[in-house]
Amino acid sequence: MNNWPLLSIVTFLPMLGAFFVLLIRGETAQVARNARYVAMLTSVFTFLISLLIWYNFDTNSADFQMVDQARWLPGYSIVYKMGVDGISLFFVILSTFLTPICILSAWDAIQTRVKEYMIAFLVLETMMVGMFCALDLVLFYTFFEGVLIPMFIIIGVWGGARRVYAAFKFFLYTLLGSVLMLLAVLAMYFDAHTTDIQVLLGHAFPAAMQPWLWLAFFASFAVKVPMWPVHTWLPDAHVEAPTAGSVILAGVLLKMGGYGFLRFSVPMFPLATHDFMPLIFTLSVVAVIYTSLVALVQKDMKKLIAYSSVAHMGFVTIGVFTLQTQGVEGAIFQMLSHGIVSGALFLCVGVIYDRMHTREIARYGGLAQRMPVYAFMFMLFTMASVGLPGTGGFVGEFLVLNGAFQVNSWVAFFAAFGLILGPAYALYLYRRVIFGKLVHEDLKSILDLNAREVFLFVPLVLVVLWMGIYPSSFLTPMHASVAKLINDYQLTKTAAVQAPSAAQ
Amino acid sequence: MELPNLAPALPELLIVASAIILLLIGVFKKENAGGGITALGIIALALTALLVVSGPSERTETFGGMFVVDGFAVFTKLLVLLASAVTLAMSRHWLRAEGLDHPEYPVLVLFATLGMMLMISANNFMSLYLGLELQSLALYVLAASQRDSGRATEAGLKYFVLGSLASGMLLYGASLVYGFSGTTGFDALAKALANEAPVGVTVGMVFILAGLAFKISAAPFHMWAPDVYEGAPTPVTAFFAVAPKIAAFALLLRVLTGPFGSMVEQWSQVIVFISVASMVVGGFAAIVQTNIKRLMAYSSIGHVGYALIGLAAGGPDGVRAVLIYLAIYLAMNAGAFAVILSMRQKERSLENIDDLAGLSKTHPMMALSLAIFMWSMAGIPPFAGFWSKWMVFSAAIDKGMIALSIIGVLTSVVSAFYYLRIIKVMYFDEPGEGLDRSISAPVGLVMGLATLAVLLFNLVPAGLFSSASAAAASLFGG
Repeated sequence: MNNWPLLSIVTFLPMLGAFFVLLIRGETAQVARNARYVAMLTSVFTFLISLLIWYNFDTNSADFQMVDQARWLPGYSIVYKMGVDGISLFFVILSTFLTPICILSAWDAIQTRVKEYMIAFLVLETMMVGMFCALDLVLFYTFFEGVLIPMFIIIGVWGGARRVYAAFKFFLYTLLGSVLMLLAVLAMYFDAHTTDIQVLLGHAFPAAMQPWLWLAFFASFAVKVPMWPVHTWLPDAHVEAPTAGSVILAGVLLKMGGYGFLRFSVPMFPLATHDFMPLIFTLSVVAVIYTSLVALVQKDMKKLIAYSSVAHMGFVTIGVFTLQTQGVEGAIFQMLSHGIVSGALFLCVGVIYDRMHTREIARYGGLAQRMPVYAFMFMLFTMASVGLPGTGGFVGEFLVLNGAFQVNSWVAFFAAFGLILGPAYALYLYRRVIFGKLVHEDLKSILDLNAREVFLFVPLVLVVLWMGIYPSSFLTPMHASVAKLINDYQLTKTAAVQAPSAAQ
Repeated sequence: MELPNLAPALPELLIVASAIILLLIGVFKKENAGGGITALGIIALALTALLVVSGPSERTETFGGMFVVDGFAVFTKLLVLLASAVTLAMSRHWLRAEGLDHPEYPVLVLFATLGMMLMISANNFMSLYLGLELQSLALYVLAASQRDSGRATEAGLKYFVLGSLASGMLLYGASLVYGFSGTTGFDALAKALANEAPVGVTVGMVFILAGLAFKISAAPFHMWAPDVYEGAPTPVTAFFAVAPKIAAFALLLRVLTGPFGSMVEQWSQVIVFISVASMVVGGFAAIVQTNIKRLMAYSSIGHVGYALIGLAAGGPDGVRAVLIYLAIYLAMNAGAFAVILSMRQKERSLENIDDLAGLSKTHPMMALSLAIFMWSMAGIPPFAGFWSKWMVFSAAIDKGMIALSIIGVLTSVVSAFYYLRIIKVMYFDEPGEGLDRSISAPVGLVMGLATLAVLLFNLVPAGLFSSASAAAASLFGG
């Protein structure tokens, strides 16, 4: 069992499932039913196998584990290489965990072109998992860009009224960032003569090159995160995407940026990272405060949650660039909990959208009377989103602020405004939708969650509480890798400070 | 008198012979004999390809040094032969439906292919010009082969007038080079120019470059391409888009690395300029097109720009990048044109992008294929087109051409917009009247094979990379 290429199996199993879905023929209703079942089975099975990765993971090692390798482009020293460490482990599991939930959430909501929908989601899963496992820059880039293809289709085909605009904006914005990264990848290749990430992590890039490479990677990851001011694609994409599309977008795709900073920018360009730290902190603080304020005045539920995502990801970028144990672990933890919580919030919006076909906040109110179970779920995730102790959201924000305080107390001071504004917009949303009088006539016959929807939320609730009550199960596997990351960074920085003085 | 060694030119001789025999059959039968002539033409091309492969792969000269065969020639000839055979196979159904199924068509394609092969093997400005003109004359006639269509006649005439102008420039440039160096042979020129090149040679070289830039439809010599692509019958457009470009690129590579190899500084500026101009024109002008053939014309102008980045970078790596780019371009374009050839409604051919509306519902597999080609052309991994972009940018970054690379990737985002637009029309829009269901078998076959090639190239890229490496090395006497 230990010799199995576990990561490659988890990566390409969904693709295999997609291939089987593609082969389904017959009457429309029959095809839709079969496509749903095949997709569901594949994604659940993938999730179960991905748990084996966690099970086999050695928490004491900071190295990449379960490495698979194969020849790809011999003359070019570009290899097919997969592996996970403490940083990427949980992103893989987050992706495989959210995909079956997305497929289940679309069970009734998606009635047109079900087959294509399922194919798109399974292909998307392959791309996401592959991206977090890739240990070769070209392979990473392939998956990183490959994500755009199914997502473009998901937004454009099953999206809302302005779906074409949103899909194009999403695609072109992200592409613009990534092509610059592609050039940086090529420059790195000619400096290090390899694209093997493990080797590159030990390669010292010339100090003169680092700022440019850093900026090129930043262009790509900042768009993905998204950081202010390049976040404008996100509200559009979120509002127009179908529910499951928003869940994956918020749950996993935004994390690709944060993961990229941790995997590439920080360890490979430590000197540039040190120089650009103030830039990141400034943009992140602006994001936290500005987008929280913007979220306050939104009339569309999805848009509100989208802006809150930008604010939450601001915490993540602060945490990553504190380069300090609590900060970095907090950032990773925040990404994981935000992945679960914002995904769950989008599902909450999806539940009432499926019933009323509107996301306008003013069209709701007093839902607690008709939908008590729903009100409970929504409350739990709102609380997790604002960081109530006992939920996953608290641990991440607390650790990030803790780390930030040790590096720069002003950053911590301003970022803490997010903790005040966050509850303001989230609770305000909750009050307007759930509480108050049930005045709208059409809401008087609205039904509470059905069994499928309850089944959808239960795993999310459990994970959110688990992350809040016993975060160690998630933090322990990170320790070794994060410690190595920070250690390497400090060593390079010290060496760089000493080098000029030694030369004198 | 001693006969020259004919062995290296056997493939060309076979094509000449088969073209003449097919012409005779056509004359006596006065019709395509149920596709028999087309089929024989394809068989002739396949046999030629076999001869090319089994011929010498070491550098061999004949006809007094006018004609050369080397690894580079073998590689590019195979691409040209494949492109010609694919277009011939795809054309017949369309031509028959339009009443254009004349025996001249396959014969002209064969003659054009012969011209291209002579261009690829040319080792002297005389043989270069002969090959180029043989190719061009066949192409002029092909462009105007829809005799009762005003648009096609206009396209043919326009192509002829502008093409002759370009040939004239090339000839004028060659005569200047001859006047200042005293020779037209590539090997002798390379020796004569090794130390210092007279100004007259530089001027002549610029004229030659302009002439060749016209043939590959690089901006600013691209004006004919959209009109000719739109006006010519679609199978002819499919032919224009690939085979002649590969041949003219091969010529450009041989001329610039051979006789003008020592003048890199002079020509690389020109190449950088036309590369940037082509990428920009190809990217921005395509956005507003509504006719898919015009769009493909601008798309090909853009692709020429990217391939020229590899040439600008120069050296074996740059040449290899161009060769890989051309090979992948062949697969993507053949596939895309297979879809365009299938755009028929009630036995009429359609050319508007909007006619593809909702194709993903009516023809899911065809839509998926075209979407894959479009993504590949936009350079999105994991499709083959990503690797062609990777190769040219890698060659450029290696030579420190950062600015050119940045312009290149930025225009690739612009061009992604119009490729996405086609996908949008197919996937996001509601179907209109819908296209005819029937797709002819050869067209379907080409579409399927091209899709597989573009889709699965990522799994086994090593073969193409190593053969292109060997071909590129042979050009540098390696």
